[in-house]
Amino acid sequence: MQPIDPGAVQRMLHSFQDTDVYLFLEMTTGAYASLMDNTKFTASAFVKNAVIRYSEGTIAGNGPYRVGLKLPLGWVYAQGLTHWDEAAGDKLLLAGHDHEGKLVVGLYIGREPL
Amino acid sequence: MDKQRHVLLVLPHPDDESHISGTLARYVQQGTPVTYVCLTLGEMGRNMGKPIIANRLTLPEIRKRELEQSCRSIGIQDLRMWGYHDKTVEFEDRDALAGRIADLIRELKTSLVITFYPGFSVHPDHEACGEAVIRAVESFPAAERPTVHCVAFSAGCEEILGPPDVVNDVSDFMKQKMGSFHAHRSQFQLMVGDRSFDDPQWKAWWGTERFWTYRFS
Repeated sequence: MQPIDPGAVQRMLHSFQDTDVYLFLEMTTGAYASLMDNTKFTASAFVKNAVIRYSEGTIAGNGPYRVGLKLPLGWVYAQGLTHWDEAAGDKLLLAGHDHEGKLVVGLYIGREPL
Repeated sequence: MDKQRHVLLVLPHPDDESHISGTLARYVQQGTPVTYVCLTLGEMGRNMGKPIIANRLTLPEIRKRELEQSCRSIGIQDLRMWGYHDKTVEFEDRDALAGRIADLIRELKTSLVITFYPGFSVHPDHEACGEAVIRAVESFPAAERPTVHCVAFSAGCEEILGPPDVVNDVSDFMKQKMGSFHAHRSQFQLMVGDRSFDDPQWKAWWGTERFWTYRFS
């Protein structure tokens, strides 16, 4: 994974616009967050390989970044994105890693399921 | 440690086995056949190494190779990856999973199953895995059941369960154990943090592995 190149990510988002794509979206505080520190709340979520079609896809911010995908009746949103897989080809994989290097948020869009 | 006819290890994630790898290495050294069923490939692990060496696309294959290397270090030759998805073990058909485990116990003539203690192992996959094993073993008539040794580590578990009744000195197997931890490079940061294996406090801690024998009603 490399630091996000927003121009390149924006081009990829544009290339998937108005087509059926597989979506993976996740966010996590870590399964052991409250074991180590009981002031921390354990929460996570993920959607894996739902098919979506968006009319607008945009990356915003100066790092960490935010992505918004406009759906017919709603949105896909992620905040805190820091890295992407430059070498993934025609798949877009974005991730937000915290200061310890742990994954906190992730977004994948592609024509193949993750 | 009692001599066993066959040991079946059922755990949900690659690297779960490292914490008890001393015990497993000891059974291997005794010549006991050991089978390790790993339910998932830890696809949703949030550790990607430090520095980052993995991502969601590459992590499953990486963790598979790490798991294989860990097994080589311990001496486990019969590794079975059952292809469930990290974080979703509790949502799978419970009868189907328990049935699959029971069939394997029957086929391999298992005398000892090692797994997580349901209710005392924090992660939902650990709990669901332990529950499935208990369900599977309960389906046998009492006289035919293998013994079940469980790993528990939730906060306050000893107050509820009492002290572990199985305490294995595995200080002779630190090489295999360290090899198992080190094999899981992508997860190492979570498992060991900043401490060194040479730290005498850590050595004392790692040299003993504790289990609770599950009491069936």
